[in-house]
Amino acid sequence: MKVLVPVKRVVDYNIKPRVAADGSGVETQGVKMSMNPFDEIALEEALRLREKGHAQEVVAVSIGPQAAQDTLRTAMAMGADRAILIRTDAELEPLAVAKLLQAVVEREQPGLVSMGKQAIDDDMNATGQILAAKLGWPQGTFASEVIVDNGSAIVSREIDGGVEVVSLTLPAVITADLRLNEPRYASLPNIMKARKKPLETIEADSLDVDIAPRLKVVSVSEPPAREAGVIVKSVEELVNKLKTEAKVLP
Amino acid sequence: MTALVLIEIEQGQVRQASRSAIAAASHFGDVDVLLFGEGVDAASALSGVRKVLHVPAAPHLLAEPTAAFIAQHAEAYSHILSPASATGKNVLPRVAGLLDVQPLTDVIEIKGDDTFVRPIYAGNALVTVQSADRIKVLTIRSSNFDPVDATGGSAAVEVLDLPAEDEKSRFVRVELSNSDRPELEVARVIISGGKGVKDARNFETLLAPVADKLDAAIGASRAAVDAGFAPNEMQVGQTGKIVAPELYIAVGLSGALQHLAGMKDSRTIVAINIDPDAPIFKVADYGLVGDLFEVMPELAKAL
Ligand SMILES: Cc1cc2nc3c(=O)[nH]c(=O)nc-3n(C[C@H](O)[C@H](O)[C@H](O)COP(=O)(O)OP(=O)(O)OC[C@H]3O[C@@H](n4cnc5c(N)ncnc54)[C@H](O)[C@@H]3O)c2cc1C
Repeated sequence: MKVLVPVKRVVDYNIKPRVAADGSGVETQGVKMSMNPFDEIALEEALRLREKGHAQEVVAVSIGPQAAQDTLRTAMAMGADRAILIRTDAELEPLAVAKLLQAVVEREQPGLVSMGKQAIDDDMNATGQILAAKLGWPQGTFASEVIVDNGSAIVSREIDGGVEVVSLTLPAVITADLRLNEPRYASLPNIMKARKKPLETIEADSLDVDIAPRLKVVSVSEPPAREAGVIVKSVEELVNKLKTEAKVLP
Repeated sequence: MTALVLIEIEQGQVRQASRSAIAAASHFGDVDVLLFGEGVDAASALSGVRKVLHVPAAPHLLAEPTAAFIAQHAEAYSHILSPASATGKNVLPRVAGLLDVQPLTDVIEIKGDDTFVRPIYAGNALVTVQSADRIKVLTIRSSNFDPVDATGGSAAVEVLDLPAEDEKSRFVRVELSNSDRPELEVARVIISGGKGVKDARNFETLLAPVADKLDAAIGASRAAVDAGFAPNEMQVGQTGKIVAPELYIAVGLSGALQHLAGMKDSRTIVAINIDPDAPIFKVADYGLVGDLFEVMPELAKAL
Protein backbone atom coordinates (compact mmCIF):
# COMPACT_ATOMS: atom_id res chain seq x y z
CA MET A 1 0.00 0.00 0.00
CA LYS A 2 0.84 3.66 -0.17
CA VAL A 3 1.17 5.76 2.97
CA LEU A 4 0.32 9.46 2.87
CA VAL A 5 2.04 11.66 5.46
CA PRO A 6 0.80 15.24 5.91
CA VAL A 7 3.54 17.52 7.30
CA LYS A 8 3.23 21.09 8.56
CA ARG A 9 5.80 23.89 8.64
CA VAL A 10 5.67 25.54 12.06
CA VAL A 11 7.74 27.83 14.30
CA ASP A 12 10.56 25.66 15.67
CA TYR A 13 9.66 24.12 19.03
CA ASN A 14 12.72 25.65 20.73
CA ILE A 15 11.65 29.20 19.97
CA LYS A 16 9.61 31.13 22.49
CA PRO A 17 6.85 32.71 20.42
CA ARG A 18 6.15 36.44 20.64
CA VAL A 19 2.75 37.99 20.24
CA ALA A 20 2.72 40.74 17.60
CA ALA A 21 2.39 44.22 19.08
CA ASP A 22 -0.87 44.87 17.23
CA GLY A 23 -2.49 41.75 18.65
CA SER A 24 -3.06 40.23 15.22
CA GLY A 25 -1.13 37.04 15.80
CA VAL A 26 2.25 35.56 16.67
CA GLU A 27 5.46 36.87 15.04
CA THR A 28 6.68 34.48 12.35
CA GLN A 29 8.79 36.89 10.25
CA GLY A 30 12.45 35.93 10.43
CA VAL A 31 11.71 33.18 12.95
CA LYS A 32 13.22 29.71 12.52
CA MET A 33 10.68 27.31 11.05
CA SER A 34 10.79 23.50 11.16
CA MET A 35 8.69 20.44 10.55
CA ASN A 36 6.09 19.97 13.29
CA PRO A 37 7.69 17.40 15.67
CA PHE A 38 4.67 15.11 15.64
CA ASP A 39 4.80 14.97 11.84
CA GLU A 40 8.40 13.77 11.98
CA ILE A 41 7.18 10.90 14.14
CA ALA A 42 4.31 10.13 11.76
CA LEU A 43 6.74 10.13 8.84
CA GLU A 44 9.20 7.90 10.70
CA GLU A 45 6.41 5.40 11.29
CA ALA A 46 5.53 5.40 7.58
CA LEU A 47 9.17 4.81 6.67
CA ARG A 48 9.35 1.90 9.09
CA LEU A 49 6.21 0.39 7.54
CA ARG A 50 7.90 0.61 4.16
CA GLU A 51 11.08 -0.95 5.53
CA LYS A 52 9.04 -3.83 6.97
CA GLY A 53 7.41 -4.38 3.59
CA HIS A 54 3.93 -3.24 4.63
CA ALA A 55 4.10 -0.18 2.42
CA GLN A 56 5.60 0.34 -1.03
CA GLU A 57 5.53 4.09 -1.23
CA VAL A 58 5.58 7.00 1.23
CA VAL A 59 4.20 10.30 -0.04
CA ALA A 60 4.61 13.51 1.99
CA VAL A 61 2.10 16.30 1.51
CA SER A 62 2.15 19.80 2.88
CA ILE A 63 -0.41 22.55 2.57
CA GLY A 64 0.67 26.16 2.71
CA PRO A 65 2.90 28.78 1.11
CA GLN A 66 5.76 28.13 -1.29
CA ALA A 67 8.19 27.98 1.67
CA ALA A 68 6.56 24.74 2.82
CA GLN A 69 8.67 23.16 0.04
CA ASP A 70 11.55 23.19 2.54
CA THR A 71 9.55 20.99 4.89
CA LEU A 72 8.79 18.60 2.04
CA ARG A 73 12.49 18.45 1.09
CA THR A 74 13.23 17.54 4.70
CA ALA A 75 10.59 14.81 4.53
CA MET A 76 12.18 13.41 1.38
CA ALA A 77 15.65 13.65 2.94
CA MET A 78 14.32 11.52 5.80
CA GLY A 79 13.10 9.01 3.23
CA ALA A 80 9.75 9.95 1.68
CA ASP A 81 9.66 8.84 -1.97
CA ARG A 82 7.97 11.96 -3.32
CA ALA A 83 6.10 15.02 -2.19
CA ILE A 84 3.07 17.13 -3.00
CA LEU A 85 2.67 20.80 -2.10
CA ILE A 86 -0.89 22.11 -2.01
CA ARG A 87 0.01 25.73 -2.44
CA THR A 88 -1.97 28.54 -0.85
CA ASP A 89 -1.20 31.73 1.02
CA ALA A 90 -4.54 31.62 2.84
CA GLU A 91 -4.75 31.09 6.61
CA LEU A 92 -6.11 27.60 6.97
CA GLU A 93 -8.12 26.03 9.76
CA PRO A 94 -7.99 22.27 10.42
CA LEU A 95 -11.38 21.81 8.71
CA ALA A 96 -10.01 23.36 5.51
CA VAL A 97 -6.78 21.37 5.75
CA ALA A 98 -8.76 18.16 6.21
CA LYS A 99 -10.83 18.94 3.12
CA LEU A 100 -7.74 19.59 1.01
CA LEU A 101 -6.19 16.38 2.33
CA GLN A 102 -9.39 14.56 1.46
CA ALA A 103 -8.94 15.70 -2.13
CA VAL A 104 -5.36 14.40 -2.10
CA VAL A 105 -6.47 11.08 -0.59
CA GLU A 106 -9.10 10.65 -3.27
CA ARG A 107 -6.46 11.22 -5.92
CA GLU A 108 -3.66 9.15 -4.38
CA GLN A 109 -5.74 6.36 -2.82
CA PRO A 110 -3.37 5.57 0.07
CA GLY A 111 -4.00 2.60 2.36
CA LEU A 112 -3.04 4.65 5.39
CA VAL A 113 -2.71 8.29 6.37
CA SER A 114 -0.07 8.72 9.06
CA MET A 115 -0.10 12.17 10.66
CA GLY A 116 0.81 14.03 13.85
CA LYS A 117 -1.66 14.26 16.71
CA GLN A 118 -1.35 18.04 16.90
CA ALA A 119 0.56 20.96 15.46
CA ILE A 120 2.58 22.84 18.05
CA ASP A 121 1.42 26.22 16.73
CA ASP A 122 -2.39 26.07 16.82
CA ASP A 123 -2.38 23.14 19.29
CA MET A 124 -5.70 22.10 17.78
CA ASN A 125 -5.46 18.30 17.74
CA ALA A 126 -8.30 17.95 15.24
CA THR A 127 -7.16 17.57 11.63
CA GLY A 128 -6.73 13.79 11.66
CA GLN A 129 -10.10 13.19 13.27
CA ILE A 130 -11.85 15.55 10.83
CA LEU A 131 -10.14 13.90 7.87
CA ALA A 132 -11.15 10.42 9.08
CA ALA A 133 -14.75 11.63 9.44
CA LYS A 134 -14.77 13.14 5.94
CA LEU A 135 -13.40 9.93 4.42
CA GLY A 136 -15.60 7.64 6.52
CA TRP A 137 -12.44 5.87 7.65
CA PRO A 138 -11.65 4.58 11.14
CA GLN A 139 -9.15 6.55 13.22
CA GLY A 140 -6.35 5.57 15.60
CA THR A 141 -5.46 8.75 17.45
CA PHE A 142 -2.58 9.39 19.90
CA ALA A 143 -0.87 6.22 18.69
CA SER A 144 2.07 4.85 20.66
CA GLU A 145 2.31 1.61 18.69
CA VAL A 146 1.06 0.53 15.27
CA ILE A 147 1.07 -3.05 13.98
CA VAL A 148 -0.10 -3.56 10.41
CA ASP A 149 -1.37 -7.03 9.72
CA ASN A 150 -3.57 -8.49 7.04
CA GLY A 151 -5.58 -5.43 6.07
CA SER A 152 -5.89 -4.06 9.55
CA ALA A 153 -3.92 -1.88 11.93
CA ILE A 154 -3.68 -2.70 15.61
CA VAL A 155 -3.14 0.64 17.32
CA SER A 156 -2.16 1.26 20.94
CA ARG A 157 -3.49 4.63 22.00
CA GLU A 158 -2.44 6.85 24.88
CA ILE A 159 -5.53 7.58 26.96
CA ASP A 160 -6.03 9.38 30.29
CA GLY A 161 -5.45 6.42 32.58
CA GLY A 162 -3.17 4.21 30.47
CA VAL A 163 -3.24 2.57 27.07
CA GLU A 164 -6.14 1.41 24.90
CA VAL A 165 -5.73 -0.98 21.99
CA VAL A 166 -8.05 -0.83 18.99
CA SER A 167 -8.14 -2.73 15.72
CA LEU A 168 -8.90 -0.73 12.58
CA THR A 169 -9.84 -1.99 9.14
CA LEU A 170 -7.62 -0.30 6.54
CA PRO A 171 -7.71 2.25 5.04
CA ALA A 172 -7.45 4.33 8.19
CA VAL A 173 -6.10 7.56 9.64
CA ILE A 174 -3.52 7.30 12.40
CA THR A 175 -2.26 10.24 14.46
CA ALA A 176 1.13 9.86 16.12
CA ASP A 177 1.91 10.56 19.75
CA LEU A 178 5.41 11.37 20.99
CA ARG A 179 6.18 7.85 22.13
CA LEU A 180 5.43 6.13 18.83
CA ASN A 181 9.08 6.19 17.77
CA GLU A 182 12.31 8.19 17.62
CA PRO A 183 12.51 9.93 14.22
CA ARG A 184 15.73 9.51 12.25
CA TYR A 185 17.94 12.38 11.15
CA ALA A 186 18.41 13.19 7.50
CA SER A 187 22.02 12.42 6.53
CA LEU A 188 23.92 14.77 4.23
CA PRO A 189 23.91 12.34 1.27
CA ASN A 190 20.17 11.89 1.72
CA ILE A 191 19.64 15.64 1.82
CA MET A 192 21.48 15.84 -1.53
CA LYS A 193 19.42 12.97 -2.96
CA ALA A 194 16.19 14.59 -1.79
CA ARG A 195 16.81 17.49 -4.16
CA LYS A 196 16.25 15.14 -7.06
CA LYS A 197 13.10 13.50 -5.77
CA PRO A 198 9.81 14.59 -7.36
CA LEU A 199 7.96 17.49 -5.75
CA GLU A 200 4.66 18.30 -7.38
CA THR A 201 2.89 21.61 -6.74
CA ILE A 202 -0.88 21.87 -6.93
CA GLU A 203 -2.65 25.19 -6.47
CA ALA A 204 -5.20 24.86 -3.67
CA ASP A 205 -7.63 26.95 -5.73
CA SER A 206 -7.62 24.32 -8.45
CA LEU A 207 -9.04 21.66 -6.12
CA ASP A 208 -12.55 23.10 -5.85
CA VAL A 209 -12.60 22.86 -2.06
CA ASP A 210 -14.29 25.40 0.23
CA ILE A 211 -11.49 26.59 2.50
CA ALA A 212 -13.10 29.81 3.73
CA PRO A 213 -12.42 30.26 7.46
CA ARG A 214 -15.21 29.62 9.93
CA LEU A 215 -13.47 31.42 12.76
CA LYS A 216 -12.73 35.11 13.00
CA VAL A 217 -9.71 36.00 15.11
CA VAL A 218 -10.86 38.79 17.44
CA SER A 219 -7.50 39.22 19.16
CA VAL A 220 -4.30 37.48 20.16
CA SER A 221 -2.79 38.40 23.50
CA GLU A 222 -0.04 37.39 25.89
CA PRO A 223 -1.19 35.27 28.81
CA PRO A 224 -1.09 37.11 32.14
CA ALA A 225 2.48 37.08 33.47
CA ARG A 226 3.17 35.50 36.84
CA GLU A 227 4.52 37.71 39.58
CA ALA A 228 8.20 37.20 40.28
CA GLY A 229 8.84 34.67 43.00
CA VAL A 230 11.44 34.41 45.72
CA ILE A 231 14.38 32.10 46.29
CA VAL A 232 14.27 30.49 49.73
CA LYS A 233 17.38 29.38 51.60
CA SER A 234 16.18 26.20 53.26
CA VAL A 235 13.48 23.53 53.39
CA GLU A 236 12.35 25.00 56.68
CA GLU A 237 11.83 28.44 55.14
CA LEU A 238 10.01 26.86 52.19
CA VAL A 239 7.55 24.96 54.36
CA ASN A 240 7.04 28.01 56.52
CA LYS A 241 6.21 30.20 53.53
CA LEU A 242 3.86 27.59 52.05
CA LYS A 243 1.99 27.58 55.36
CA THR A 244 1.88 31.24 56.32
CA GLU A 245 2.29 33.18 53.08
CA ALA A 246 0.85 31.00 50.29
CA LYS A 247 -1.49 29.23 52.73
CA VAL A 248 -1.48 26.07 50.64
CA LEU A 249 -0.42 23.84 53.53
CA PRO A 250 -2.29 23.46 56.80
CA MET B 1 -30.23 27.51 22.98
CA THR B 2 -29.41 24.06 24.29
CA ALA B 3 -26.06 22.41 24.80
CA LEU B 4 -25.19 18.73 24.75
CA VAL B 5 -22.28 17.44 26.83
CA LEU B 6 -20.63 14.05 26.30
CA ILE B 7 -19.85 12.79 29.81
CA GLU B 8 -17.63 10.03 31.15
CA ILE B 9 -18.04 7.80 34.18
CA GLU B 10 -15.27 6.48 36.35
CA GLN B 11 -15.92 4.04 39.18
CA GLY B 12 -19.62 4.85 39.13
CA GLN B 13 -19.07 8.61 39.37
CA VAL B 14 -19.25 11.29 36.71
CA ARG B 15 -15.68 12.44 36.14
CA GLN B 16 -14.86 15.85 37.51
CA ALA B 17 -13.69 16.99 34.08
CA SER B 18 -17.16 16.17 32.70
CA ARG B 19 -18.75 18.24 35.47
CA SER B 20 -16.49 21.17 34.49
CA ALA B 21 -17.66 20.83 30.88
CA ILE B 22 -21.28 20.97 32.11
CA ALA B 23 -20.44 24.18 33.98
CA ALA B 24 -19.04 25.61 30.74
CA ALA B 25 -22.11 24.45 28.81
CA SER B 26 -24.47 26.21 31.21
CA HIS B 27 -23.28 29.54 29.72
CA PHE B 28 -25.38 28.72 26.66
CA GLY B 29 -28.75 27.80 28.24
CA ASP B 30 -30.25 24.37 28.97
CA VAL B 31 -27.84 21.46 29.24
CA ASP B 32 -28.46 17.85 28.22
CA VAL B 33 -25.84 15.21 28.84
CA LEU B 34 -25.05 12.15 26.77
CA LEU B 35 -24.01 9.01 28.62
CA PHE B 36 -22.83 5.75 27.11
CA GLY B 37 -22.82 2.65 29.30
CA GLU B 38 -23.39 2.50 33.04
CA GLY B 39 -23.80 5.35 35.51
CA VAL B 40 -27.26 6.67 34.75
CA ASP B 41 -28.09 7.39 38.41
CA ALA B 42 -24.97 9.50 38.83
CA ALA B 43 -25.72 11.33 35.58
CA SER B 44 -29.30 12.09 36.54
CA ALA B 45 -28.19 13.40 39.95
CA LEU B 46 -25.90 16.03 38.37
CA SER B 47 -26.83 19.54 39.25
CA GLY B 48 -27.95 21.85 36.43
CA VAL B 49 -28.79 19.16 33.88
CA ARG B 50 -32.13 19.11 32.05
CA LYS B 51 -32.06 15.66 30.49
CA VAL B 52 -29.84 12.59 30.28
CA LEU B 53 -29.62 10.92 26.89
CA HIS B 54 -28.65 7.40 27.86
CA VAL B 55 -27.23 4.79 25.51
CA PRO B 56 -26.92 1.66 27.67
CA ALA B 57 -24.64 -0.18 25.23
CA ALA B 58 -21.17 0.77 23.97
CA PRO B 59 -19.05 1.31 27.06
CA HIS B 60 -15.79 1.88 25.20
CA LEU B 61 -16.64 5.17 23.50
CA LEU B 62 -14.93 4.24 20.23
CA ALA B 63 -14.69 7.36 18.08
CA GLU B 64 -16.54 6.03 15.03
CA PRO B 65 -19.92 4.96 16.50
CA THR B 66 -19.84 7.63 19.23
CA ALA B 67 -19.26 10.47 16.80
CA ALA B 68 -21.84 9.10 14.36
CA PHE B 69 -24.41 8.95 17.16
CA ILE B 70 -23.69 12.51 18.32
CA ALA B 71 -23.81 13.86 14.77
CA GLN B 72 -27.20 12.20 14.30
CA HIS B 73 -28.63 14.03 17.32
CA ALA B 74 -26.70 17.25 16.79
CA GLU B 75 -29.31 19.36 15.01
CA ALA B 76 -31.30 19.76 18.24
CA TYR B 77 -28.35 21.56 19.83
CA SER B 78 -26.56 24.88 19.43
CA HIS B 79 -23.41 23.70 21.23
CA ILE B 80 -21.81 20.28 21.65
CA LEU B 81 -19.16 19.95 24.35
CA SER B 82 -16.90 17.58 26.20
CA PRO B 83 -13.87 18.04 28.38
CA ALA B 84 -10.53 18.04 26.56
CA SER B 85 -9.96 14.50 27.88
CA ALA B 86 -8.49 11.74 25.73
CA THR B 87 -12.04 10.70 24.82
CA GLY B 88 -13.22 14.23 24.10
CA LYS B 89 -10.19 15.01 21.96
CA ASN B 90 -10.72 11.79 20.03
CA VAL B 91 -14.46 12.02 19.46
CA LEU B 92 -15.47 15.69 19.16
CA PRO B 93 -13.30 16.73 16.21
CA ARG B 94 -14.73 13.71 14.38
CA VAL B 95 -18.23 14.98 15.19
CA ALA B 96 -17.20 18.36 13.79
CA GLY B 97 -15.94 16.67 10.63
CA LEU B 98 -19.27 14.88 10.18
CA LEU B 99 -21.17 18.16 10.71
CA ASP B 100 -18.72 20.14 8.55
CA VAL B 101 -17.95 22.66 11.28
CA GLN B 102 -14.60 23.86 12.67
CA PRO B 103 -14.17 22.57 16.25
CA LEU B 104 -12.64 24.67 19.01
CA THR B 105 -10.45 22.59 21.27
CA ASP B 106 -9.17 23.26 24.78
CA VAL B 107 -11.37 26.32 25.36
CA ILE B 108 -10.38 28.23 28.51
CA GLU B 109 -12.97 31.00 28.51
CA ILE B 110 -16.42 31.60 27.10
CA LYS B 111 -17.06 35.22 26.14
CA GLY B 112 -20.42 34.72 24.48
CA ASP B 113 -22.47 32.20 22.54
CA ASP B 114 -20.03 32.32 19.64
CA THR B 115 -16.84 33.80 21.12
CA PHE B 116 -14.22 31.72 22.88
CA VAL B 117 -10.66 31.97 24.16
CA ARG B 118 -8.11 29.21 23.69
CA PRO B 119 -4.34 28.95 24.16
CA ILE B 120 -2.02 28.50 21.17
CA TYR B 121 1.77 27.99 20.86
CA ALA B 122 2.08 25.93 24.05
CA GLY B 123 0.14 28.53 26.00
CA ASN B 124 2.44 31.39 24.99
CA ALA B 125 -0.47 33.22 23.40
CA LEU B 126 -4.21 33.34 23.91
CA VAL B 127 -6.49 33.74 20.93
CA THR B 128 -10.05 34.99 21.06
CA VAL B 129 -12.10 33.69 18.15
CA GLN B 130 -15.64 34.14 16.95
CA SER B 131 -17.23 31.14 15.28
CA ALA B 132 -19.62 31.49 12.35
CA ASP B 133 -20.63 27.81 12.43
CA ARG B 134 -24.26 26.90 13.04
CA ILE B 135 -23.34 24.32 15.69
CA LYS B 136 -20.37 25.00 17.93
CA VAL B 137 -18.29 21.95 18.81
CA LEU B 138 -16.02 22.61 21.79
CA THR B 139 -13.70 20.74 24.09
CA ILE B 140 -13.18 22.41 27.44
CA ARG B 141 -10.03 22.75 29.53
CA SER B 142 -11.53 21.57 32.77
CA SER B 143 -9.08 23.34 35.09
CA ASN B 144 -10.61 26.66 33.96
CA PHE B 145 -14.22 25.87 34.94
CA ASP B 146 -15.49 25.00 38.42
CA PRO B 147 -17.35 21.70 38.18
CA VAL B 148 -21.10 21.56 38.81
CA ASP B 149 -22.19 19.56 41.87
CA ALA B 150 -22.39 15.81 41.47
CA THR B 151 -25.65 15.73 43.40
CA GLY B 152 -28.81 17.75 43.86
CA GLY B 153 -30.29 17.30 40.40
CA SER B 154 -32.95 14.94 39.12
CA ALA B 155 -32.72 15.07 35.34
CA ALA B 156 -35.13 13.10 33.18
CA VAL B 157 -33.62 10.10 31.42
CA GLU B 158 -34.26 9.25 27.78
CA VAL B 159 -32.97 5.84 26.68
CA LEU B 160 -31.65 5.62 23.13
CA ASP B 161 -30.27 2.83 20.99
CA LEU B 162 -26.91 2.86 19.32
CA PRO B 163 -27.39 2.13 15.61
CA ALA B 164 -25.59 -0.99 14.41
CA GLU B 165 -21.84 -0.44 14.51
CA ASP B 166 -20.01 -0.17 11.24
CA GLU B 167 -17.27 -2.47 12.60
CA LYS B 168 -14.44 -0.61 10.91
CA SER B 169 -12.95 -0.24 14.35
CA ARG B 170 -12.97 -2.69 17.20
CA PHE B 171 -12.02 -2.37 20.85
CA VAL B 172 -9.29 -4.89 21.73
CA ARG B 173 -8.27 -4.13 25.32
CA VAL B 174 -7.38 -1.43 27.78
CA GLU B 175 -4.47 -1.39 30.21
CA LEU B 176 -5.06 1.05 33.05
CA SER B 177 -2.36 1.85 35.54
CA ASN B 178 -3.96 1.53 38.93
CA SER B 179 -2.86 4.05 41.45
CA ASP B 180 -4.25 4.91 44.86
CA ARG B 181 -3.15 8.49 44.42
CA PRO B 182 -5.53 11.25 43.30
CA GLU B 183 -5.82 11.79 39.56
CA LEU B 184 -3.55 14.50 38.16
CA GLU B 185 -6.43 16.56 36.78
CA VAL B 186 -8.25 16.84 40.08
CA ALA B 187 -5.41 16.78 42.62
CA ARG B 188 -5.07 19.78 44.95
CA VAL B 189 -1.34 19.20 45.14
CA ILE B 190 0.98 17.77 42.46
CA ILE B 191 4.60 16.84 42.81
CA SER B 192 6.35 16.32 39.48
CA GLY B 193 9.73 14.84 38.78
CA GLY B 194 12.02 15.37 35.83
CA LYS B 195 15.17 13.97 34.34
CA GLY B 196 17.06 15.06 37.46
CA VAL B 197 15.29 12.38 39.53
CA LYS B 198 17.54 9.91 37.67
CA ASP B 199 15.50 6.68 37.87
CA ALA B 200 12.10 5.11 38.56
CA ARG B 201 13.09 3.94 42.03
CA ASN B 202 13.86 7.51 43.09
CA PHE B 203 10.31 8.50 42.12
CA GLU B 204 9.22 6.01 44.79
CA THR B 205 11.81 6.74 47.44
CA LEU B 206 12.09 10.53 47.05
CA LEU B 207 8.80 11.80 45.57
CA ALA B 208 6.26 9.33 46.94
CA PRO B 209 6.89 10.06 50.66
CA VAL B 210 6.24 13.77 50.08
CA ALA B 211 3.20 12.95 47.93
CA ASP B 212 1.85 10.72 50.73
CA LYS B 213 2.10 13.52 53.29
CA LEU B 214 0.33 16.02 51.02
CA ASP B 215 -2.20 13.62 49.45
CA ALA B 216 -0.63 14.72 46.17
CA ALA B 217 -0.71 13.28 42.67
CA ILE B 218 2.64 12.52 41.05
CA GLY B 219 3.46 13.98 37.64
CA ALA B 220 6.48 13.87 35.34
CA SER B 221 8.24 15.71 32.55
CA ARG B 222 8.54 14.19 29.13
CA ALA B 223 12.21 13.49 29.67
CA ALA B 224 11.33 11.49 32.79
CA VAL B 225 8.64 9.55 30.91
CA ASP B 226 10.93 8.88 27.93
CA ALA B 227 13.61 7.62 30.26
CA GLY B 228 11.12 5.18 31.75
CA PHE B 229 10.99 6.76 35.23
CA ALA B 230 7.22 7.20 35.04
CA PRO B 231 4.34 6.01 32.80
CA ASN B 232 3.01 8.13 29.89
CA GLU B 233 -0.20 9.15 31.57
CA MET B 234 1.81 11.00 34.23
CA GLN B 235 3.26 13.45 31.72
CA VAL B 236 2.37 17.08 32.34
CA GLY B 237 2.69 19.57 29.50
CA GLN B 238 1.62 20.79 26.08
CA THR B 239 1.22 17.25 24.89
CA GLY B 240 0.45 15.58 28.19
CA LYS B 241 -1.98 16.62 30.91
CA ILE B 242 -2.84 20.24 31.61
CA VAL B 243 -3.14 20.83 35.32
CA ALA B 244 -3.75 23.79 37.61
CA PRO B 245 -3.55 22.59 41.21
CA GLU B 246 -3.24 24.82 44.25
CA LEU B 247 0.33 23.68 44.74
CA TYR B 248 2.71 22.33 42.07
CA ILE B 249 6.13 21.17 43.20
CA ALA B 250 8.62 20.72 40.33
CA VAL B 251 11.57 18.57 41.27
CA GLY B 252 14.63 18.16 39.05
CA LEU B 253 12.94 19.42 35.93
CA SER B 254 14.24 22.34 33.91
CA GLY B 255 10.95 24.01 32.95
CA ALA B 256 10.97 23.70 29.15
CA LEU B 257 8.29 25.67 27.26
CA GLN B 258 6.38 22.45 26.63
CA HIS B 259 6.32 21.55 30.31
CA LEU B 260 5.31 25.03 31.47
CA ALA B 261 2.36 24.85 29.05
CA GLY B 262 0.85 22.19 31.27
CA MET B 263 1.28 23.69 34.73
CA LYS B 264 1.86 27.43 34.70
CA ASP B 265 -1.70 28.18 35.77
CA SER B 266 -1.11 26.43 39.08
CA ARG B 267 -1.85 28.74 42.00
CA THR B 268 1.49 28.30 43.76
CA ILE B 269 4.57 26.83 42.07
CA VAL B 270 7.60 25.52 43.93
CA ALA B 271 10.82 24.62 42.11
CA ILE B 272 13.58 22.47 43.50
CA ASN B 273 16.58 22.41 41.18
CA ILE B 274 20.33 22.34 41.52
CA ASP B 275 20.81 24.80 38.65
CA PRO B 276 20.02 28.40 39.68
CA ASP B 277 19.57 29.34 36.00
CA ALA B 278 16.94 26.68 35.26
CA PRO B 279 13.97 28.34 33.48
CA ILE B 280 11.56 26.79 35.99
CA PHE B 281 12.68 29.45 38.52
CA LYS B 282 11.14 32.11 36.25
CA VAL B 283 7.64 30.85 36.98
CA ALA B 284 8.18 29.56 40.51
CA ASP B 285 6.70 31.46 43.44
CA TYR B 286 9.21 29.74 45.71
CA GLY B 287 12.49 28.41 44.46
CA LEU B 288 14.97 26.28 46.34
CA VAL B 289 18.36 25.87 44.72
CA GLY B 290 19.71 22.55 45.87
CA ASP B 291 20.31 18.86 45.28
CA LEU B 292 16.99 17.06 45.25
CA PHE B 293 18.62 13.98 46.76
CA GLU B 294 19.20 16.01 49.93
CA VAL B 295 16.18 18.31 49.74
CA MET B 296 13.46 15.70 49.25
CA PRO B 297 14.15 13.59 52.36
CA GLU B 298 14.35 16.81 54.38
CA LEU B 299 11.07 17.99 52.93
CA ALA B 300 9.35 14.68 53.72
CA LYS B 301 10.51 15.04 57.30
CA ALA B 302 9.48 18.68 57.64
CA LEU B 303 5.89 18.07 56.56
C1 LIG C 1 6.65 18.32 20.40
C2 LIG C 1 7.17 18.28 21.79
C3 LIG C 1 6.27 18.11 22.82
C4 LIG C 1 6.73 18.08 24.14
N1 LIG C 1 5.82 17.92 25.14
C5 LIG C 1 6.24 17.92 26.41
C6 LIG C 1 5.32 17.80 27.51
O1 LIG C 1 4.10 17.68 27.32
N2 LIG C 1 5.80 17.82 28.77
C7 LIG C 1 7.15 17.94 29.04
O2 LIG C 1 7.53 17.94 30.23
N3 LIG C 1 8.02 18.05 28.04
C8 LIG C 1 7.61 18.03 26.74
N4 LIG C 1 8.54 18.12 25.74
C9 LIG C 1 9.96 18.03 26.08
C10 LIG C 1 10.57 19.31 26.59
O3 LIG C 1 10.97 20.10 25.50
C11 LIG C 1 11.79 19.02 27.48
O4 LIG C 1 12.69 18.23 26.75
C12 LIG C 1 11.46 18.28 28.76
O5 LIG C 1 10.39 18.91 29.43
C13 LIG C 1 12.67 18.25 29.65
O6 LIG C 1 12.42 17.46 30.79
P1 LIG C 1 13.21 17.70 32.14
O7 LIG C 1 12.99 19.10 32.57
O8 LIG C 1 12.81 16.63 33.08
O9 LIG C 1 14.72 17.39 31.72
P2 LIG C 1 15.95 18.37 31.64
O10 LIG C 1 15.66 19.52 30.76
O11 LIG C 1 17.09 17.48 31.32
O12 LIG C 1 16.09 18.94 33.10
C14 LIG C 1 16.56 18.23 34.18
C15 LIG C 1 16.72 19.21 35.30
O13 LIG C 1 17.07 18.49 36.48
C16 LIG C 1 18.00 19.28 37.22
N5 LIG C 1 18.74 18.38 38.09
C17 LIG C 1 19.60 17.39 37.73
N6 LIG C 1 20.09 16.78 38.81
C18 LIG C 1 19.54 17.35 39.88
C19 LIG C 1 19.66 17.18 41.29
N7 LIG C 1 20.44 16.22 41.80
N8 LIG C 1 18.96 17.97 42.10
C20 LIG C 1 18.15 18.94 41.60
N9 LIG C 1 18.01 19.16 40.29
C21 LIG C 1 18.69 18.38 39.43
C22 LIG C 1 18.84 19.95 36.16
O14 LIG C 1 19.43 21.13 36.68
C23 LIG C 1 17.80 20.25 35.08
O15 LIG C 1 17.26 21.54 35.23
C24 LIG C 1 8.10 18.19 24.42
C25 LIG C 1 9.00 18.36 23.38
C26 LIG C 1 8.55 18.42 22.08
C27 LIG C 1 9.53 18.60 20.98
